[in-house]
Amino acid sequence: MEMVNLIIDHKPVVVRKGTTILKAASSIGIDIPTLCYMKLDDMNIENKPGGCRVCVVEVKGRRNLAPACCTEASEGMEISTHTIRVVNARRTVVELILSDHPAECLICAKSGNCDLQNMANHLGIRKIHYQGEQSMYREDTSPAIIREINKCIMCRRCETMCNDIQTVGVLSAINRGFQAVVAPAFEMNLDHSVCTYCGQCVAVCPTGALTEADETGAVIRALSDPTKTVVVQTAPAVRAALGEEFGMPAGTLVTGKMVAALRRLGFDYVFDTDFAADLTILEEGTELLNRLSAFMAGDQNVKLPILTSCCPAWVKFFEHHFPELKEIPSTARSPQQMFGSIAKTYFADKIGVKRENLVVVSIMPCLAKKYESSRPEFSVNGNPDVDFALSTRELAHLINLGNIEFKSLPNEDFDAPLGESTGAGVIFGTTGGVIEAAVRTAYEVFTGKPLPRVDFEELRGMDGLRKATIDFNGTPINIGIAHGLGNARKLLEDIQAGNSEFHAIEIMSCPGGCIGGGGQPYHHGDAEILKKRQRAIYSEDQNKTIRKSHENPYITKLYEEFLGAPLSEKSHHLLHTKYFDRS
Amino acid sequence: MAEYNMHILVCGGTGCKASQSELIKTNFKNKLNEYGLADEIQVIMTGCFGFCEKGPIVKILPDNTFYTQVAPEDVTEIVDEHIIKGRKVERLLYLNPETKERIGDSKGINFYKKQIRIALRNCGFINPENIEEYIGRDGYSALGTCLSEKTPDEAIRMIKDSGLRGRGGGGFSTGLKWELTRKSISDQKYVVCNADEGDPGAFMDRSILEGDPHSVLEAMAICGYCIGADKGLVYIRAEYPLAIERLKIAIRQAREYGLLGDDILGTGFNFDVEIRYGAGAFVCGEETALIHSMEGLRGEPTVKPPFPAEKGYNGKPTNVNNVETFANIPVIINKGSEWFASIGTEKSKGTKVFALAGKINNVGLIEVPMGITLREIIYDIGGGIKDGHEFKAVQTGGPSGGCLTKSFLDTPIDYDNLVAAGSMMGSGGMIVLDDSDCMVAIAKFYLEFTLEESCGKCTPCRIGNKRLYEILEKITEGNGELEDLNRLRLLSNVIKDTSLCGLGQTSPNPVLSTLDNFHDEYLAHVTSHKCLAGQCKALVNYSIDADKCTGCTLCFRNCPVGAISGEKRSTHYIDQSLCIKCGVCFEKCKFDSVLIA
Repeated sequence: MEMVNLIIDHKPVVVRKGTTILKAASSIGIDIPTLCYMKLDDMNIENKPGGCRVCVVEVKGRRNLAPACCTEASEGMEISTHTIRVVNARRTVVELILSDHPAECLICAKSGNCDLQNMANHLGIRKIHYQGEQSMYREDTSPAIIREINKCIMCRRCETMCNDIQTVGVLSAINRGFQAVVAPAFEMNLDHSVCTYCGQCVAVCPTGALTEADETGAVIRALSDPTKTVVVQTAPAVRAALGEEFGMPAGTLVTGKMVAALRRLGFDYVFDTDFAADLTILEEGTELLNRLSAFMAGDQNVKLPILTSCCPAWVKFFEHHFPELKEIPSTARSPQQMFGSIAKTYFADKIGVKRENLVVVSIMPCLAKKYESSRPEFSVNGNPDVDFALSTRELAHLINLGNIEFKSLPNEDFDAPLGESTGAGVIFGTTGGVIEAAVRTAYEVFTGKPLPRVDFEELRGMDGLRKATIDFNGTPINIGIAHGLGNARKLLEDIQAGNSEFHAIEIMSCPGGCIGGGGQPYHHGDAEILKKRQRAIYSEDQNKTIRKSHENPYITKLYEEFLGAPLSEKSHHLLHTKYFDRS
Repeated sequence: MAEYNMHILVCGGTGCKASQSELIKTNFKNKLNEYGLADEIQVIMTGCFGFCEKGPIVKILPDNTFYTQVAPEDVTEIVDEHIIKGRKVERLLYLNPETKERIGDSKGINFYKKQIRIALRNCGFINPENIEEYIGRDGYSALGTCLSEKTPDEAIRMIKDSGLRGRGGGGFSTGLKWELTRKSISDQKYVVCNADEGDPGAFMDRSILEGDPHSVLEAMAICGYCIGADKGLVYIRAEYPLAIERLKIAIRQAREYGLLGDDILGTGFNFDVEIRYGAGAFVCGEETALIHSMEGLRGEPTVKPPFPAEKGYNGKPTNVNNVETFANIPVIINKGSEWFASIGTEKSKGTKVFALAGKINNVGLIEVPMGITLREIIYDIGGGIKDGHEFKAVQTGGPSGGCLTKSFLDTPIDYDNLVAAGSMMGSGGMIVLDDSDCMVAIAKFYLEFTLEESCGKCTPCRIGNKRLYEILEKITEGNGELEDLNRLRLLSNVIKDTSLCGLGQTSPNPVLSTLDNFHDEYLAHVTSHKCLAGQCKALVNYSIDADKCTGCTLCFRNCPVGAISGEKRSTHYIDQSLCIKCGVCFEKCKFDSVLIA
C-alpha cells in the first residue's frame, strides 16, 4: 500500500495514497468544516460534488484554494486550514449562501437541526456583507414531503440519494447560474412525479428545503375532540431512535418511555405496530408457503420469488418502474395498514365505537407511510384505516408540546390486545428483519418441527445486497435481501431477465431499513447511528420471551374470534391489497 | 484545381452567407453558364477569408483580385468586365483608407500583410466540401507520414518539441497532454475535439470547421494514432449549423477515401469520428463539463483530478483539444517542429487566431505570430479605431479575460505576458474599446454573461458573481458608495480563489482589471456620480447648448418621447422629467450642441 507524507497546519501526517485532505486532517484531530459533503461509511453513500466550497484549504504552491473533501493528499503537500485567506474565503462563501437564503430560522422546520445554521454559528457570522436578489420558487406540497426550494443550497445530497442510491431519478439540478436549483424535471410537483416518498432526500437535506408534511396539528385536534377515541400504533424502528431527539445516545431503546409519553399525550389506547407485524407474518408467510408448495409441486402458474410488501416506497417504486412484475410481491398489506384495518373493525367493535369516531394515528420512521395511508384503497367510504401517520420527529415535537420530560418517564407497557407482539415483530425495523421473522414462522409451519435456533445471523448485516440459503429440513430456500432502491432494482432486473435464483426476497427502500427511514431523527451523515439503532432492535428481540409471530397469543385469538385463518376471505378483504400500473 | 484556368472564390463564412454570398455564387454560375464558360472557370464557395468588415468577399485566381462588399447584382459587371474583358472592377477593390488607392491584390492589403496563416491556411482557399481540394494542399499527408514512418512516441515528441499549447485558452502543452493520455492504460480511449466555442465575439473554431474541416479530422486521427484511440468525437454547439453540415460532409468523404474508418491507408489503424451536439452552454467548453454533457449528464464541471487523460468520457482516458489546436497539428508534422517553434516567443510558439471586434475599422478574423504587439494588431491589421475616436482599452480572453490599456500596446502578445498584464489569451476574442465606452459598464456586461452561463454548481460562481453584478449595477445606477469598490475587490478575489472550474476562477477578471486600470472611472461613478463616457444613463443628463443650437429642429423631430421643445431657428430645450436618455438627440445633432454631463 502506497503511503504519502504531508504536513497539515505544521503537523506531519502519513496517510494512504488516495486519502482526501479532509480525512487526512481528521486523522490528526483537525476538523475542517464541510457543508455539502456527506459520507455514510459501510453504505457506499458519498456526496462530494465539491460545490459549497466551505472546506477550502490553502495548499503551498497552488494558485487557488483546494476543496479538502475532494482533493487527494499528495506527497510533500503543505496545507494550512485556517490562514486568514482561508478563513476569509470560507466565511465569504457561507455569507454568500446566507445572502440567498430566507432568514427565517426562528420559524423554520429545520431550526436547531440545520447544518447551514450550525455552520454560520460555527464560523461566527454575525453580519452578511452581501445583499441582493433572493431565489424565489413556489412551495411544493405532497402527502409526505414539502419542498421549500428557496432554502436549497445546492449541496446535491438529495440528488445523490434520489439518483445514485435509490435510482428513482426525480431530483436533479435544473436551470443555470443563480437560478440553478434541485427540483423534479420541468419543476413539476412531487406528487406528479415518480417520487416514492422514501424520504431519503429529507433525511440528508442540510437545511429546511426538504421536510415532512407536518400533521401534528391534526393529531392534537383529534386528541382534544371528546367525541373521538384516538388509538396510536408505533412502528418497530421508532423505539430505537426516538431517544436521540431528547439527547439520549443513539441506540438507546425507549419503548417503555415512548408508551408512557403517548399515554400522557392523551391517546386512549397505545398499541404496537409490532402486533400487526406478527399478523403480517401469518398472512405473508402462509402466502409464501402456498406459493412455494405449489411451485415445488410443479404448478407453472406460480411465480417466484415472492417479494415482501411492507414498504410503501418500494411498492410505489415497482408500480412505476416494474409494473409487469406487480403480481410477484406478496399481496399482504403493510403492518401499518393491517393495524388500521383491524383497529377500525375488530377493535372498534370490541370497544363499541363507531368507525368514524375512532381515529388511528401511527408513529412511523417513514414519510412514505403518510402517502400510503392516503391511498384510496385503504379507506372505507372515505374514512381512512389510518388517519394520520406521524414521523418519529413529529412525535418528539408532540412530546415537547406536551411539556413531558421524556428522559425521566417511567417505562410503561402497551395496551392489550393490539399492543402485544413478539421478537419477530420488532425486527421488522431493520434490513433483514422481515424475512428473518418470516423464516422463523415458515420453517416451523413448513417442516412441522420446532426451530433449532431462532437467530438467523446469515440474514443480518448492512451490506446493500445479501443472500442466504436456509435449510428447511432438507429443502434449501434461497433468500435475497436488498435495502436501498438501487439495490432492489438490481434484483428486479434479474427477475425480469429470468435470472433470479431466489424463492423469497425482502426489500426495504431506505438504507439500513426502517431504522434509517426518512422520518427518523437526523443522522447528519453519521452511519454509526444507524448501526447502533440496528443493534438496539436486535436486543429488543433478544429480550422478548416470545420470538415467533405464530406464537403470539393475541394473534391466535384474533384469528379465532374474527379472521378465521390466514388467507381466509375476511383476511383477503381486510389484510390484502392489489397493485397498480403507474408507469 | 488544375483543369480550370480561372477560379472565382466566394466567401462562404457565416457572415458573408448572411449577406447573400450564396446568391452571389449562384449568380456567378448562371452567368458563366450563359457565356459557356462553366468548364473553364470554377466557382467555389470557400470558408471565411477573415476580412469580415468588408464582406461579402469574392477573390479571383490566379490574379489574386480581391473584391470587397460585393452585392449579388455586381456579378454581371465582374463577369463582363473582369472575366471577359480582363479589366478589374475598380469600385469593388479594397480602398486603402490612408492612401485612398484601390488595391487589386489581397497581398497588398494591410489587413493581411502581418498575418501568418497556419490554422487558417486553407480558409478562403479551398472548397471545404471537396476533400480533393484539401488533399491537393498536402491534406492527409501528415496522417500518412505518421502512420507509415513514425511511431506514436515520435509523433508526440514532434508535437512536444513544436511547443504547441492549447488554443482553447488553457495554454497547456498539447504534446504533454497527448503523452499523458498515451500513458494511461485502458481498453478504450477517446479523442475529443472541443468545438463548443462560447466566448462572445469569438468565431475562429467555427471558421476553421466551416472553411477547413478536414484539417481537424486529420489531426484527430493523428492524435488517435498517438494516444491509442480508435474513436473520435467532435463536441459542437448545435447553433453552428453550417460548421456541422460541412463537418458531416467531410466525415463522409474521409470515410469514402479510406481516411477514416477501419484499416486507414492499409496500415491496420482504425479511427472514426462522430459528432455530438451541445446546447450552447458556455461552461461546456470546460473539458469535464463537456465530457459530462456528451455522456448525457448535466453539463457541469467536476473536480480535477482525475483529469480526462486518466478518466474522461465514459470513465476512459480521453484527450480533449480545441479546434484551432488540432488545425495546427498536420502542419507541424509536415513542416517539422523546428519550423513551428521558430515562430513566436520563447514560451508561446506558432500563431494565434484572434477575432477582432469592437470599435476597430477592420473587424474580422486574423492569424498572427505569437509575440506581435497589440499596436500592430490594432493599428496595422485592424486599421485603427473607428470614426476617429481614441483608443481606450482592448479586452482579450473573452468574459474570463481582462481589459488592457494603452500602456500595454507594445507588449508582445503571448500566453504569459497576457496573464502578467492581468488578462489572458482565452480562445482569442479581442474587443477594442474607445473613449465612448464606460469601463464599469463593460465589466458589468461581461459579468452578466458569466452570470447567465455559470452552471450554478459552486457557491462563489452561482451567488458570488450575482452579488458582484449587483454591486456593479448599483454603481452604474448612481447609487454606488466608496465601500462598494473595496467590496468588489474582496469578493472578486474570493470568487477567483474558491470557484470550482475555470469559469468561476476567471469570471471576476473583467472587474479586477478595470478596477486596476480604470480606477478613476470607478471613483467618478461612486464619488461624483458621473459616467465620463456617458454610457451609464442614470448618471447622465442631456442638455442643449444655447450658443450652438441653430434651431434646426432635427432633435425635436427625432426625440421619441417628445421631451424636446423649441421654435424653428431658436434654441431648443430638453425637459429632464420626460427625457429617457436614449441619446438620439446627441447622435442627430449636426452642430454638437447636445451636451452630455
